[in-house]
Amino acid sequence: MREKIFTALRRVIKSGLNSFWRNRWVSTATISVMVITLGLITSLFLVSVIAGSILQDLEEKVDISVYFKLTTTENEILKIKTELEGLSDVKSVEYVSRAMALAKFEEGHQNNPLIIKSLEELGDNPLEASLNIKAKLIDNYGSIASFLESPRFAALVDTVNYRQNQQVIGKLSSILNTIRKSGLVAILVLGLVAVLVTFNTIRLTIYSTREEIGVMRLVGASNWYIRGPFIVEGGLHGLLASVATIIIFYPLVLFISPKLSSFLSGVDIATYFKQNFWQIFVLQTLVGVSLGVVSSLIAIRRYLKV
Amino acid sequence: MVALEKVNLIIKPSEFISLVGSSGAGKSTLLRLLIGEEAPTMGEIIVGDVSINSLSHHELPYLRRKIGTIFQDYKLLTAKTVYENIAFAMEVAGKHELEIKEDVPQVLNLVGLGDKADQFPHQLSGGERQRVAIGRALVHRPDILVADEPTGNLDPVNTWEVINLLLKLNELGATVILATHDNSIVNNLERRVVLMEKGRIIKDDEKGKYLI
Repeated sequence: MREKIFTALRRVIKSGLNSFWRNRWVSTATISVMVITLGLITSLFLVSVIAGSILQDLEEKVDISVYFKLTTTENEILKIKTELEGLSDVKSVEYVSRAMALAKFEEGHQNNPLIIKSLEELGDNPLEASLNIKAKLIDNYGSIASFLESPRFAALVDTVNYRQNQQVIGKLSSILNTIRKSGLVAILVLGLVAVLVTFNTIRLTIYSTREEIGVMRLVGASNWYIRGPFIVEGGLHGLLASVATIIIFYPLVLFISPKLSSFLSGVDIATYFKQNFWQIFVLQTLVGVSLGVVSSLIAIRRYLKV
Repeated sequence: MVALEKVNLIIKPSEFISLVGSSGAGKSTLLRLLIGEEAPTMGEIIVGDVSINSLSHHELPYLRRKIGTIFQDYKLLTAKTVYENIAFAMEVAGKHELEIKEDVPQVLNLVGLGDKADQFPHQLSGGERQRVAIGRALVHRPDILVADEPTGNLDPVNTWEVINLLLKLNELGATVILATHDNSIVNNLERRVVLMEKGRIIKDDEKGKYLI
């Protein structure tokens, strides 16, 4: 029994490879269409990675600061800091003491003798201590600000700079959300189109062999014995298409990456591509092979009814 | 209008039976019912002790492997060579590789295509294609041989070679069902003849003649 299955498997694979080679022009056409599909899917994937990192970058630039009255002690501020860090919405809190604020200020204005001089004349440090807070999500800033504005802290807190920036943060948040949502829809639609094109190409090639499939049935071949070679062929198309795609993509990514980095700082797809090369390749191959196999299986179904 | 009506036919094992009648009489339909290519709207077809109507789609191939069919339109696999076409009937039945390597060349020589093994059907003449179809139908030594106009494209010499082949298989124990409208064959065979007309059997003679 086992030997029979093994024999059948070997015949099926041999027949699939044979058919692949004999129809090499049709195979080439199918593979080309698949390369376009896989290329598109991989590009969409890379674009979404780039866009994601840009959006995350933008998001990380947002924070709010709370300034404390000069009378508030460092202990009180650190207590508030601990309390803030306990909130689930808060990602990080950075304490800037009065001395640090002054040092930063002086550093920022060292080329402006007028300001430095007036500071010296003031004698005392006029700057307030502050906490810089980053939220986990851009939509969380409102609730963090309300927390700090509660009457409990009224005696300690001077200002929370959220209200001034509220509109900008809100707008940015809605833009980011829109880009993410529409980007996802665009990726899904384009991906679907690419998959359908491949599916129909495979369907057409199998349509041209529909009579053969019927003949095989009449001569006594079982369904799996007929399907087998088509599955082998479809899988092989997917595998070769994936290899071809990666061969095209590798130099392309290396070529485009520096150009992209020059106007989108912090975006480095070449490094990303190299670091995740095997994951991308395996994923792409899986998509290609399953596309070839599943399309063949669906296309062949109706001709097996004899 | 029905293709077959009130057909009641019993074929005994190892019998050689000729199915005759003008075209459109229902010969091919009867043969198609036999291999389950078509299902009857009414009635039953029994091969051996199996009712074909009750076979599932999955079981049908097992029946077909016991029957060798020579189709009127050959039904060769155009993407496969002559050798592969004939080997295919043995492969689907799960025959051993060594057996295939031994039997296929023999059959090729038997049907006179020993030198065309690696050609594709479209490179062959009509008669050669017909002989490939014949080779494929008998290579796996079926219990039943169904032949639908197997000599339609052959010259008289080749025709008799094929008929003699069928007779020889019959001698070896196979049941042969031969559909033809060539009366010279039938009259020389002196075997059972079933005459059909407009979907009915109108005559059934042991050692019959086919007279028009």
